[in-house]
Amino acid sequence: MKTVSKIIIYILLAAGAIVMLFPFFWMITGSLKTYSEITASPIVWWPKVVQWNNYATALDYAPFDKYFVNTVLVSTISTLCVLVTSIFAAFAFSRLKFKGRDLIFSILLATLMIPSQILIITNYVTVAVRMHLMDTMLALIIPYTASIFYIYLLREFFNQIPEQLYLAAKVDGTSDWRYLWKIMVPNSKNALITIGLFSFIASWNSYIWPLLVTNTDTKRVLSIGLKYFSGEAGTDYHLLMAAGTIVIMPLLIIYLFLRRYIMEGVTRAGIKG
Amino acid sequence: MFEPKWKTTLKALLYLSPALIIIATFVIYPMFRSVWISFFKDYNIFKHTGTGFGLDNYKEVLTDGRFILALKNTSIYTIVVVPISMALALVTAVLLNNKMKGMKFFETLYFLPYITNLIAIGLAFQFIFNSTYGVLNKVLGVFGIDTIMWLNDPKYSLPALIIFGIWSGLAFKIVVFLAGIQGINKQYYQAARIDGTSRWRTFTKITMPLLSPMIFYIGIISFIGALKTYVQVVGLYGNNPGPADTAMTIVYYVYDKFYGANEPPIAAAASVILFLIILIFTFIQLKISKKRVQY
Repeated sequence: MKTVSKIIIYILLAAGAIVMLFPFFWMITGSLKTYSEITASPIVWWPKVVQWNNYATALDYAPFDKYFVNTVLVSTISTLCVLVTSIFAAFAFSRLKFKGRDLIFSILLATLMIPSQILIITNYVTVAVRMHLMDTMLALIIPYTASIFYIYLLREFFNQIPEQLYLAAKVDGTSDWRYLWKIMVPNSKNALITIGLFSFIASWNSYIWPLLVTNTDTKRVLSIGLKYFSGEAGTDYHLLMAAGTIVIMPLLIIYLFLRRYIMEGVTRAGIKG
Repeated sequence: MFEPKWKTTLKALLYLSPALIIIATFVIYPMFRSVWISFFKDYNIFKHTGTGFGLDNYKEVLTDGRFILALKNTSIYTIVVVPISMALALVTAVLLNNKMKGMKFFETLYFLPYITNLIAIGLAFQFIFNSTYGVLNKVLGVFGIDTIMWLNDPKYSLPALIIFGIWSGLAFKIVVFLAGIQGINKQYYQAARIDGTSRWRTFTKITMPLLSPMIFYIGIISFIGALKTYVQVVGLYGNNPGPADTAMTIVYYVYDKFYGANEPPIAAAASVILFLIILIFTFIQLKISKKRVQY
């Protein structure tokens, strides 16, 4: 390729990358500026003195540490539950030949078309009114302890493990339970990490469900705490940027270390459908 | 030996039961219950009793000016965001597919927005769009463009939402398209190079046709996703759907009726209408793709 076209490609890609990353850059640097720097004209691109205390001030306004712990707990527990329920269900759909298997599986897949808004209306009644779980951690977790989409994804991975292995194990008298944990699960490690990450990120970023089922400030998760805080902080943009950074930083760190699994999962889900 | 047996069926049920109990309770049951609720004029969620069974709620939603506005906004948003983000993603993916140094690095950067919390990054966008302090107006000012009240002027609130929407949807599409392009047999490109085919011709005659099934598939996903736009509105506007409801979407309307106005039957009816719209478009797009997609 000619050097000129190479340079043009680099320039185009760099310009695109700047646009894509600018909101992150602006949020993080904004969180370290003073109020007068962040509202200054002409633009102050970089804080003169890094204002770490913006974070402390934001924490004084709203208990982001508490939100943080709540979010970590909810995301972790629901992810672990999703993994366990998905492993069991995907194993049954992938290896056990039972009556009505294909029918049940296609019914489940068909429900993926239903917009979650329809479900949330009744789920709110079920959880808040019927189960009396309003304002509890269980309310945040329980509807998201199983997922048809992740069962579907994991089943695809399980199906790639040669059936002969299973039949050989059967002949040897290995129980299904043992086979699942000794062969299937270890061989699907990457898939499980991917699904776990998807579930964790989705839970971390969920908004409408936690908004509906939490009332008390200390029970809130980060998205909701941030939303209420943004209503109160008004034009204190340096504090808003600090609060926003608290919410996205853990995801950025996860992305930095585990992006391979996330990208792999996205391409797999995107290509196969 | 491998015929389904009752013993295996029983065992399978045991393995399936944790997932099935949750799915039955939080997916299957609410699907029917919400549709049921949508037919009652008044519905008591505590007693699960309702009065006035009929299509009144649907009539009310479909004649509600706010719903019509939501429908209009969502349509404009979808028609603008989907093609633009698809085209941008496709171009970016083609550029990233070049055998040059640093492409993996760029890919990593481009994918970053995918994992972001839209409420949080929405704050950054609010700040960027701010008419007085926002960096966007300051940059536009350099080119002699007057101050635009992005988030307060009804003319610009939907465009602002569209910009945020395009930005937030690009990452996924870029990575999927790139994987699709890399999955195309290299021999086609080698043949094209030997024949001295131009880049543009290679793109239109090889990449596009071979990628068309994926383009259609991603198109359908993006289309449906755009019809369900909601968090972007909250991220950008917080507690209101833009000045004079100009950034109101269908899903915003649903939640506003459910959570804000406390009218579950109306919200249920609106969400069923949304479902029907999605079904119709999915069906149409699948029909078209069967005819048009080239392999």
